[in-house]
Amino acid sequence: MNINEQPVIVDVNHVSMRFNLATEKTETLKETLVKRLQGKLSFNEFYALKDVSFQVRRGEAVALIGRNGSGKSTMLKVVAGVMYPSQGSCGVYGSIAPMIELGAGFDMDLTARENIYLNGAVLGHDRSFMDAHFDDIVDFAELREFIDVPVKNFSSGMVTRLGFAIATEVTADLLVVDEVLAVGDFMFQQKCLKRLDRMLSGGTTLLFVSHSTPQVCELCDRAIWLDHGVKRGDGPVREVCDEYEDAMRRGEA
Amino acid sequence: MDNAAKQMKSGQYKVMVSHFVQYVPLVRELVGRDLKVKYRRSFLGYIWSVLNPLLMMMVQTIIFSYMFRSNIPNYPLYLICGNTLFTFFNESANMGLVSIIQNAALIKKVYIPKYIFPLSRVVSSFVTMSFSLAAVVLVMLITRSPLHWTILLFWIPLLFLLIFCAGVAMTLSALTVYFRDIQHLFGVVTLGWNYATPIFYPIEQLPDFAQTLMKFNPMYHYINFFRNLVMYGNIPGPNTWIACAVSSFVMLFVGLWTFRKLQRNFILYV
Repeated sequence: MNINEQPVIVDVNHVSMRFNLATEKTETLKETLVKRLQGKLSFNEFYALKDVSFQVRRGEAVALIGRNGSGKSTMLKVVAGVMYPSQGSCGVYGSIAPMIELGAGFDMDLTARENIYLNGAVLGHDRSFMDAHFDDIVDFAELREFIDVPVKNFSSGMVTRLGFAIATEVTADLLVVDEVLAVGDFMFQQKCLKRLDRMLSGGTTLLFVSHSTPQVCELCDRAIWLDHGVKRGDGPVREVCDEYEDAMRRGEA
Repeated sequence: MDNAAKQMKSGQYKVMVSHFVQYVPLVRELVGRDLKVKYRRSFLGYIWSVLNPLLMMMVQTIIFSYMFRSNIPNYPLYLICGNTLFTFFNESANMGLVSIIQNAALIKKVYIPKYIFPLSRVVSSFVTMSFSLAAVVLVMLITRSPLHWTILLFWIPLLFLLIFCAGVAMTLSALTVYFRDIQHLFGVVTLGWNYATPIFYPIEQLPDFAQTLMKFNPMYHYINFFRNLVMYGNIPGPNTWIACAVSSFVMLFVGLWTFRKLQRNFILYV
């Protein structure tokens, strides 16, 4: 199967993301008006992404690499539809399972059981669907004894496990993963990687952010290197990772 | 170009509708969560939704029947009708107001159509109000208020009010993201609005010019509509119908328009 014959699932087209860093944070109406009248409201424009374009085809596993603040997470948020690009466009053709921060949809006052349904609904699944998958989620997260405990009493590892179990229970067309594997113990990380692997062989597309080069190489076959919001490399995972690490070692990136 | 833009716009609305269907379960879960959290750990739980308006009505009946010598027949029922509707407006507006900023964590991490948040708050206030209707029925039974067949139409003014509140909640939630001050200001506005609506006094007690002004208070029309059906057994004339329909749908469109205009940049400000 040639990957280039597969349909495009993510189409990032000259995307720029501009943020206004207010030099003085103005929050209230009065302050804003006064500043505007005085002509003092100035912004430092900051581009988190500058004219980035790439396409991802169905079944590909693509890693986004780069240093802190290079725009990886912003890119994922644009793809996930959380942010609108200032310029350019981003199209996603298929269902998407975002894992930008696991457990983002949890209400700490509710129990794990209630949160499974709530978080499922956040991802767009109805009650009967969640009923059918409830046991699998609980088993994967290994939280059966704690199912009726409010999530605020959970450890951070438990929250992550639950979040991962819910987010990966569905087979979405596109999986967007942002460094969520950094938490959790070794055993659970292995379990997660195995699950991601299984989803990939089932035809799911993966967009993956991680600082762990071994993890990236193991899971992905293509890497995109972002440097200060600009795309600096795009190709087979080994080559791009080597280039990136070379540049890091030379201290330039 | 113009055509393309138009097509995009209609496409957006189509997407909005299809999203809405997809996210109905989310509205259900959020409403369930609101209700659960509201009465969690309280001993009487949901009974408070009935008990609270009853106690409120008793306090007000005692105070106001001493203060004003009002000759409203069945004053307790008159009061509780007005209070139930206004409490719904007040609660949904105040809860809707903070719905976006309170769900900032979610908005930053997952894609969800954002109007779901104010909408779910309005729906949960509506559910709370439906419990409170039991209090209205109780007062009717205790005061032996005559039962009219028009009471079966009680849902019509409530429906108009629901649409109105949805518009208000959407407008306020979007504006609050940019101007947090609205949180503090709006409490005063609702207090003023409460006094400016004939809830515990009859409209006839007002001077002529105020009675004319009252025609522009949508809350007056919804409450008047409701009281006519429940207390007096008559269906209000076309003027009330038009006032209710126009005010609720205008507010809904204001809400949709404001929200759509402002929602793109929520993420940068929440």
